[in-house]
Amino acid sequence: MPHYHALDALFDLQRALDASLESDWLRTGTAGAGAFPPINVFQQGDTLVAILEIPGVNKNDLDIQAKDNAIRISGKKDIAYPQSVSVHRRERLTGTFDRTLTVPMQIDTSGIRAEYRDGILLLFLPRAESDKPRTIRIN
Amino acid sequence: MSPQELQVQHKREVEKKQETTVPARTFVPATDIYETEAALTIVMEMPGTNREDLDVSVEDDVLYVDGRVRFETYESLQPVYTEYNIGHYRRSFALSNKVDQRKISAEMKDGVLTLVLPKAEEAKPRRIAIA
Repeated sequence: MPHYHALDALFDLQRALDASLESDWLRTGTAGAGAFPPINVFQQGDTLVAILEIPGVNKNDLDIQAKDNAIRISGKKDIAYPQSVSVHRRERLTGTFDRTLTVPMQIDTSGIRAEYRDGILLLFLPRAESDKPRTIRIN
Repeated sequence: MSPQELQVQHKREVEKKQETTVPARTFVPATDIYETEAALTIVMEMPGTNREDLDVSVEDDVLYVDGRVRFETYESLQPVYTEYNIGHYRRSFALSNKVDQRKISAEMKDGVLTLVLPKAEEAKPRRIAIA
């Protein structure tokens, strides 16, 4: 029995993320796949968790709206350089973004929770009660 | 400059100099470096890294930055659709003797690490008076 190791766990997660790359689970569900910000979607029981990487975006510059089974994330990313600098290297990008994620289930929009920490935005999208399958009892 | 639409930056993997013992991938954070009269500033994007998961060190005139991704965030989550991969971050910079290594300061906010490297006194520009 091999030892459980945190680094193996990370590798497993990286492989799982690779495996669902280009999955057609969302089909045409996301307006502008390949647009900023990149989105990963996970499942946790009856809740979908969308995780977006937006490092350097101020929380106040973020706007999140939800309707039916769509959620729209828009905002801007600014970088303030001090005056009179010489820039040696510039790899970070700035600009505006606007992306809509449509998921193949009804969301309980009043139950959506958003967390922004360490430059990643986590959106917890609970499945609407009306969307959950019901077991039919046979009389 | 007018605001433009942001483009996705694909993560660059660290090029390995040695063979690694663990197979997990590590990424190179997107970095800005700029200089003012008083200091050199390095700004690095490491989404998902908390200040507690960060190591900044100087050894033999090389500045090393190591950031670990918060693995707990992903526990019990099953990926169904992905556009990016996650992993630790690593990058290093050779320091010139113009930098006062004892006075380097670091700040982490919204997944962005800002390192300020003050210049050594003798390296600051000096105006020469003409007699």
